Parts: sequence; structure tokens; C-alpha cells
Amino acid sequence: MDDLLREFLMESAENLAEIDVELVQFEQNPNDKELLGNIFRLVHTVKGTCGFLGLVRLESVAHASENVLGKIRDGELKVTPDAISLILESIDAIKDIMAALEKTEAEPKGNDNELIDRLNALADGKAAPAKRKKKSGKKKSGKGKTSSGSGDSLYDRLGGEDAIDAAVDLFYDKVLDDSHLQHFFEHADMDRLRSMQKSFMTMAFGGPEEYSGADLRTAHEHFVAKGLDDTHFDAVAGHLRATLQELEVPEDLIIDVLTVVETTRNDVLGIADATEEAVTTEKETVQEVAEEEVKVDEESGTGSASQPSIAKQNIRVDIGLLENLMNLVSELVLTRNQLLQMVRGKTDSEFAEPLQRLSHATTELQEGVMKTRMQPIGNAWNPFPRIVRNLALELDKKIDLRMIGAETELDRQVLELIKDPLTHMVRNSGDHGIETPAERKAAGKPETGTITLNAYHEGGHIIIEVTDDGRGIALDKVKAKAISNGLATEAELEGMTENQIQQFIFKAGFSTAQVVTKVSGRGVGMDVVKTNIEKIGGTVELKSVEGKGSTFAVKIPLTLAIVSALVVECAGERFAIPQTSVVELVRASGNSEHTIEMINNAPVLRLRSRLLPLVSLRDLLALDDADQSTGEGEGKSKEREAFIIVTSVGAYSIGLVVDKVYDTEEIVVKPVSPILRDIKLYSGNTILGDGSVIMILDPNGIAAATGEIAIAESQATDEAAAQSARVDDRVALLLFRADGPEPKAVPLSLVARLEEVEVDNIEISNGMRVVQYRGQLMPLVTVSPDAEMKTEGRQPVIVFTDDDRSMGLVVDEIVDIVEDKMVVELAGEKPGILGSAIIDGKATEILDAGYYLSIGHRDWFGTQGQQAAFGIDGGAKQVLLVDDSSFFRNLLAPMLTIAGYEVTVVESADDALSLREAGQEFDIIVSDIEMPGMNGFEFAETVKSEGSWQHTPLVALTSHATPKDFERGRMAGFDDYVAKFDRDALLTAMSESLAMTGEAA
Amino acid sequence: MSIEHLANTNAKHSVDDEHHDFVTMTIENQLFGIPVLQVRDVLGPQHINVVPLAPKEVAGSLNLRGRIVTAIDVRTRLGLPPRSDDDPGMSVVVEHGSDLYSLIIDSVGEVLSLPASAFESNPSTLDDVWRDVTDGIYQLEDKLMVKLNIDRLLNFDSAQNE
Repeated sequence: MDDLLREFLMESAENLAEIDVELVQFEQNPNDKELLGNIFRLVHTVKGTCGFLGLVRLESVAHASENVLGKIRDGELKVTPDAISLILESIDAIKDIMAALEKTEAEPKGNDNELIDRLNALADGKAAPAKRKKKSGKKKSGKGKTSSGSGDSLYDRLGGEDAIDAAVDLFYDKVLDDSHLQHFFEHADMDRLRSMQKSFMTMAFGGPEEYSGADLRTAHEHFVAKGLDDTHFDAVAGHLRATLQELEVPEDLIIDVLTVVETTRNDVLGIADATEEAVTTEKETVQEVAEEEVKVDEESGTGSASQPSIAKQNIRVDIGLLENLMNLVSELVLTRNQLLQMVRGKTDSEFAEPLQRLSHATTELQEGVMKTRMQPIGNAWNPFPRIVRNLALELDKKIDLRMIGAETELDRQVLELIKDPLTHMVRNSGDHGIETPAERKAAGKPETGTITLNAYHEGGHIIIEVTDDGRGIALDKVKAKAISNGLATEAELEGMTENQIQQFIFKAGFSTAQVVTKVSGRGVGMDVVKTNIEKIGGTVELKSVEGKGSTFAVKIPLTLAIVSALVVECAGERFAIPQTSVVELVRASGNSEHTIEMINNAPVLRLRSRLLPLVSLRDLLALDDADQSTGEGEGKSKEREAFIIVTSVGAYSIGLVVDKVYDTEEIVVKPVSPILRDIKLYSGNTILGDGSVIMILDPNGIAAATGEIAIAESQATDEAAAQSARVDDRVALLLFRADGPEPKAVPLSLVARLEEVEVDNIEISNGMRVVQYRGQLMPLVTVSPDAEMKTEGRQPVIVFTDDDRSMGLVVDEIVDIVEDKMVVELAGEKPGILGSAIIDGKATEILDAGYYLSIGHRDWFGTQGQQAAFGIDGGAKQVLLVDDSSFFRNLLAPMLTIAGYEVTVVESADDALSLREAGQEFDIIVSDIEMPGMNGFEFAETVKSEGSWQHTPLVALTSHATPKDFERGRMAGFDDYVAKFDRDALLTAMSESLAMTGEAA
Repeated sequence: MSIEHLANTNAKHSVDDEHHDFVTMTIENQLFGIPVLQVRDVLGPQHINVVPLAPKEVAGSLNLRGRIVTAIDVRTRLGLPPRSDDDPGMSVVVEHGSDLYSLIIDSVGEVLSLPASAFESNPSTLDDVWRDVTDGIYQLEDKLMVKLNIDRLLNFDSAQNE
């Protein structure tokens, strides 16, 4: 049986049982809103699931009863015993259908119109439903045979007597034409046979006539005597099908008819025979379908007693019981470890062998218990493809579902609890998020919308993102709804941020869908999602850009997880560090290769010619050193042997200095008590083999804390604080004079050297002033074409270098190097001038170095430059540069061009994204972080989360280059992070990122 | 010493409407009481693992049959001077939320069944911290017993706010 169906049956059975109980309770306490809400949700869930599994009959019954419950919830209907009985009756109907479903894997035939009518009548507030003894249709189970009885019999559906007559005539014509079958009818009275067949079919299809001819056994004897076998029967069925098709009978009806005919197969051919044949013969599709049904019928008839039902093959165990078991196993492991420790070293102990066995058993027991709890999240995702497909069909949309990280394991308990919320979220994304193909086309998006599920572990949490590229959340609608629901006043909404307004969708009874659809829109949904996730200590974050789509990020703590961890000691206390974040261990001491060096009290380590910042765990955790020094009285604190644990959080590496390193151990992560949850340095705690409790360090927290420590330390002295605060937005500028008395400036970082060249050495070549410089020709450019150069002596030149190419800017005088904020106050009008800024108290022209570079290289390096792009083949690489500041755009674009890239420049992330929508492709994207509107982090997240640029390398460009920023950038999806003005670093980062993707490709 | 043992000595005091059962304990010679149903365990001196950076009221954490229990130094919580080094103290384990907490106190007394009539609310002159973490006072024949409120005792935010 289909896993999905199995799940549904198990789950619904539980839900229905719960509804039964709660309905009765509710009848007694009609004012219990919570109880009603719960019942409503349960029915809603059953209905929803049925809908997606294509169980039409179940769905319609559930929908009708949900309607009634909805009215009761809204206070439109009074709770009466009759109403409750009717709902209970519908629950019974659902159960009946499900019982048949479990046996046959298909909904039994029949309909529940009468019941639904009564439910609808109740919902419409008409008089209490009349109790009728006979419940129509639904009593019909899928036991096979014939659907005898009421109005929807095959007989009626086929078109009554006339249709049967026509069919039988046509059928016999065909059968008699078949040379294989002819001999069965030799000497037969065809007219009698026909009328017998007619009345038999009439009866078999549930018509009014009673069949009184020869019974099937007679027929059996007759036909088998003539050598009828399964093949012949198949041929007959084939003819019947052809006949019905000629008469233009609908396909589903044909299958029904054939099913009925198939049920006579056993009688005609003999049961034993048929069973065998049914298994072995594989014929045309029709017969396969038909046989399938035969088998099912047999199972339902004979097999149900012997075969245990699904519910019996699985037992549901209370999670508390498992938890308890888990704790007991932990304890067992502890005891085992203690015993092992005691026996260790005693080679001839008589306990050794039994202990060995105990140890094995314990390990296996532990693994077993673990296995009962850990499951890949894919298990919860299994139903989604089907759900999304059905959703797409139902809503007439095109939806793609992408699932990333399905193998991410999480605790079974957590898995169970997030299933429903996730289903709701996926459904919501499909229903509310994704637009119809027409709307998408109009909005310039691909017709097919995408829902992406992404799961991954992150620092003791599991993050599950449900992203759609649909219409996003319409703020106006949310606002209007919030006001009409009385959740907020207009004034309050005014003061709210977009995000705060979006949060309203998590409120109960909130749905912006205008129409109550089968899919959603009843106001059950996001509030349930939020409640359920918060119940397990998780959070839901919503990010939505109107017109672009929404992302729901569910963050759930790994309440229970086994990790491999390194146990270390510092100041007599032990700690665990998750092995995954440990890169390497370095032993440092006064006389070893590695020594800890200090820069202004900040310890660093030279590691493979890179400087690794160190942080002492002792300082970080404010551990008291006093008891430590008594133990190791001799060692001077500076030269004491220390171990450095190199951990990396994203791109950011840091060395953690500890006293001792023990072994790695598999530890069970237990959440820290709420009192300690504020301490970000711990991700949990655990019990070690010797029974002691130790804290598990959280590398993310440490990285964050060290960033803070750096700030805290710099604040120690006012001066330092002031400086460090200013460093960020300050830029070193080279001031000079050229072509006029007013000062000019270029960012110092762009300047390679300051030179003075002998005027005599200046030559003219290719219409350009050049000078031989370090074995190459360096073009000399003046600030403006008519600027004058010195005629004798030495000419000061600012040299800009790019790779092995250089250019000299001719100036009159180098004035100074200053550090100042570079705020371009007036935009420049002359080419080559970016604008004016106040530098060092004077209005200063900021020169666009890029402009001069391009002049210098225009003719000179034109073609050469293209090839020199970092030795990557395949011609010039396409770069997209996103920066809101025109200064940087003008600065970087020429520079990148010169470096051999083809540069496209946009002012904002939105512009960049519209290029993406337009289908443009780039080899690499360089983006600023601080931009108005969508900032760089958001941009990176958007780019990395979806669309055609997902695998395009992203380099961040920023003036904030603290480790924290690096980390944030990496999280957001940047492949590299470069400080602004660091031109070489940018070029290196770009070529590295390109090389990396090149290798990966 | 187990709680069952303690309870047995007072078995005749069954819970009824009028009486409430308390586990009594002393800190700095003051008698305190916790409703008996909230008490999970009574422990002698335990090895407690220090949790660096934890609030000062948290003495550390310990392993109680495979469960991690956070140890709270009630003296510190109540603003009393620390215990002398040679007195290891005792602990009463309570459950709060889904977590276990071990309250370190000087010594555990007995289980008392006290009539509701002996209960009175806190005197207004009581120290703010004490008033915050206690429900009221029971008058015993020879002394007074302060009824601790576990929920508030374990809510450090309120302590920090004051």
C-alpha cells in the first residue's frame, strides 16, 4: 500500500477517535471555544488530506461537516444534540469509507448526498435535520460484487434497458465474429442467449429486473466443457470493452462494468483457477485494471481475517516512553563506561569478558534507541510532491517543488510536530503565494512557480525554509484585514514596519484569501503553524517581498541529538566542542614551532604564514585562574603549554586556547536549563562517561562573543574607542595639486606608488606621453587634456598599477595623506572628477582614478587586457556590479574592465534582480552591502535562494570588515567578503571565486 | 534519605482540604517550606559542575540519574551570606516546567501537615527579594515557616529587576 495512504489512514483514525471524544465533551460544554477549535482543526486536517489524496467522497463529507462546525464556531449555529449527532454520523460515514479504503486502497463506490444534504441544511440554519433510518450510499462498502440498490446503479448510469439491449446486440456480433470464441456458441439458441444475457446484465448492474435464466454454475459447466479458459474470458472482456466504447460510454463507467463482469469470472471459470491466473497473466491494461480489482476483492473477502490491518503492524509508542528509555540507556552507558574504567589495566580480570558482551549489547541498545528517534526530514516531506501536484491541478497553476536537504536528520518527536505546520506552509505557499500562470507572465516571471523546501543544520538548530517565488504578502490586504478584524488600528499600523505588519498573518482567524476555498482560507493555518512550532521551542521567521515571494524559515532546536565532540579542559573545568567545527589542533609552547605572540595584549598565532586570532577560553568564560596556578605552580603563565583549537565558523577562523585536550566522545546534546539559555556561548550540555555534567560550547556564540570582546576592549580607552569607531567610515586619501590650485584627492588604496620622473625621459609614442618604467612603457596622463606638464626637472607622478600594467597621473605637487570621511557633496561635471568633498577642512575634488586608468589603457592595453583576466579561459567574464554609490561604481567599473571583465553596473539590488528576471547571466556578482532598499545581505539571500543566479559566485564589498560581518555575509550566501578600496583583494577574491566555480562545474 | 521515608514518618497526616503538606528545610536557621508534591528528591552533598558565566544564583549543574539538574544556591538567591566551606549542605530537587532544579539549602527537616488557618500573607516589612519568592508565613507552635514559591524562586528576571 502507498505510504502516503497508510500514513493518512493511521493518522486519520487517531484524529477521528479524538473527534469522537471531543465532540461528546463539546456537547456537554458548548461554550468551550478551545475544544471546538480543536475539533474544527481535526476535521479540517482530515478534509485537507483527503483532498490531496484525491479521495473525493471522504472529502465531500468532511467538507460538509466542517462547514457545520465552522458555523458553530462563528456562533451562527446553536449546539444542539441533533447537530452533534449529525456530525457524529458524518464521522461514522468517514470511518466506514476509510475502513473500505484500508481494505481495497480505493474509495468504495456510492455517494453520501443524502448525508451531505442534511449537513448543508443544518449549516444553512434550516430546521434540525430529519432523522432518517436509512443512510443512503455510504453503507455500500467496497466488498466488490455489485452495487445493488439505490439510484446510482450502473444500470441507471449506463442508460437503462435500451442501452443494455444495444450493448448486448453489438457485443454478440463481435463475439461471434471472433474465430476463437465461435465454437462456444455452436448450436446455441442465440436469441435466448441474448435475452438471458440482457436480463443477467440488468440484474448484475443493479437494474430492476430479476434474472431467472440459467445460473452461473450452469454456464460454467457449459463453457468449461467446451474448453473455456482465462484467455477466452479476457477476449470476451475485450469485446465488451470495445462494444461499450463504440456506444460512447464514459471510460470510468466502462471500468465499472468490466469490474462487475470480472467478478463473474470466478464463478464462470472456477475460483481456484482464477486466482492462479489472476496472478500470472498480464494482459492489456483493461484487464490489468480489472484483475487488480479481482485480487482486491479476494483480499477483502478472504484475506481480511488473516491479514492484520495496517494499524496493527505499527504500534505507536508514547514519546515520553521513548524519552524515558533514552535516559535509561544513557545511564546504562554511563555505568558501562565506569565499569570499563575499573577493569581497564587489570588484564586477568574475570569480569573482562562478560563486560565486553555487556558493552556490545549496550552500544547496540543505544544505537537502536537512537534510531527510533532520528529520522530524515524527507520522511515528513514525502507527501509534498503529491500535495503540490494536486494543488497545482486544483488551482490551475504550475508549481514546481524543490526539496533540498531531505536527508537532514532530526528527532522523530520534532519531525512529528512539524509535519502539520509544514504541510500548512506548503499549501499556503501554493495557494496564496504562487500566482496563476497568466499573472506570473504578466509580472514577468516564468509561468511555473517554485516552492523550495530547504533543510539544514545550523548551530544546534535545524532550519527549514519554505520559499516561494510568488506574489509575496500584500501589505495593503493585511492592513485592511487587521483593521477589520480589530487586531490593530490604522494609527497603530502606521507606526509599524513592513515586517511587523506581515506578522499579522500568524494571528488566529486571519486569512487574506477572499474566497474560502477547499485548500485554505478558513483562518486555520498560520496561527496553528506558529503555535505548533513555538510549542517545541522553535521560531518562524517570515520574509516577504511583495511581488517577489515569501520565505518562511522555521528554526527548531535540536532538542536531542548525538554529536561527536572534543572534550577539552580549561582552568580545571571541562567543555565539549562539536567536532564538526574543529578544524585542527595546534600545540603551542615556548619551545615548539608554534608560539603565541601578542599584539597589544591580543594573542595571535602564526599558522602556515597566516595570522590566526586567538581567544583564551579562560578569559572568554571568566574562569578563575587561581586554583590552576596552584596545580601548575612552575609554569609561567605566558610560556605555559597550551593547546589551540582552530575552529571555523564559516569563513571566520579563530583559535581557542585551552589547557588540555582529551578525547573525542559521542555525546548526547541536552538543552540547557532556561535559566542558562541567555548565555550564548553554550549550545547545550551533556553528561560524560564519568557522570559529570559539562557544557557544550557553541562556536557560533564564541565567534559572536569574540567580536563583542574586541569592541569591549577597544572601549577601554576613550581614544582607542574613538578611533575604532571612526575607522569604519574613514578613508585614507592622497591629497595633491594638479591643473589648478585647488586640492584634489584619490583614495590612497588605489595608488601604487608615488614617483618622480625626469622630464627628459618622457617620450611620445602612439600620440601619448609615455615613460620607460621598470622595463615597461607607462603612459602618462594629465588631469585634464590641457593641463600643463613641467618642462624641465622632475615631474611628480602618481602611479596606478593593475597587475603588471601601470599608468602615471601627472600632478603638480603631492600635498598630504589624510584620513577623513569621504562624502561626495557635489557631483562632478567634468569627466574624471567624481565630485567634491570636504577633506581636511577644504573643498577637494575627488578624482575618478578609473577614468584615468581607462584613458591610459584605452589604446595601449585594449586587447591585451581582455586576455590577461587571471588566466581563465573562455573570454572575458561577465561581472555584475551592484553598488548604490556612484563613486564606487565609477571607481570599480573601469578597474574591473581593465582587469579583463565585462562589467554591467546597476544601482540597486532591485535593478540587479530585474536583470535576473530578464534572464541575464553573469559569471560573478560583486555587491555592496549597505544600500538603500534591499541591502546586500538580503540581496545575497534572494539570489542564493532561487532563480538562475543561484550558482553564480557572489562577492561582498563593504566598509565593515569585522569577523561578524564576514560571518553574516557568508550566512547570507556571499562566497567572499572584501573590504572596500582593497582592490587587489577584490580581484583576487573574484578570480578565486571564479576558479572555484570553474572547478566545481 | 528519600522523600518516601520522610513522608512515612508523617503518614498519618493525609492530605485533606484543610491541611497542606510541606517539606521543611532550614537556611540560616530560618524554616522554609515547599509543598510536598513539588519535591522530587532530597539529596545529600553532590558533586556540582560549575557553569561559567552563569548567574550567581546558579551553583552549577549535576547529574541526577541521567538527567541534568541545575543547582540553585538558595542562600545567594535570598541574598544571604554563603555557607561556610565545611558545611556541604543538602539539596531538594523540584520540577519546574520540564526541567529539574536542585535547591541547595542548609538542611532538610521533615514533612509537616499544616492547617490553612495557620497561613498568613507576608508581613509588609519583609525584604523585597523575600517577599517576591515567598507566598506567606505559616505559624508553627514554636517558630514560623516561610512558604517558598518555586516558580518565582526560579525566575531570576524579577531578581535582576529589583
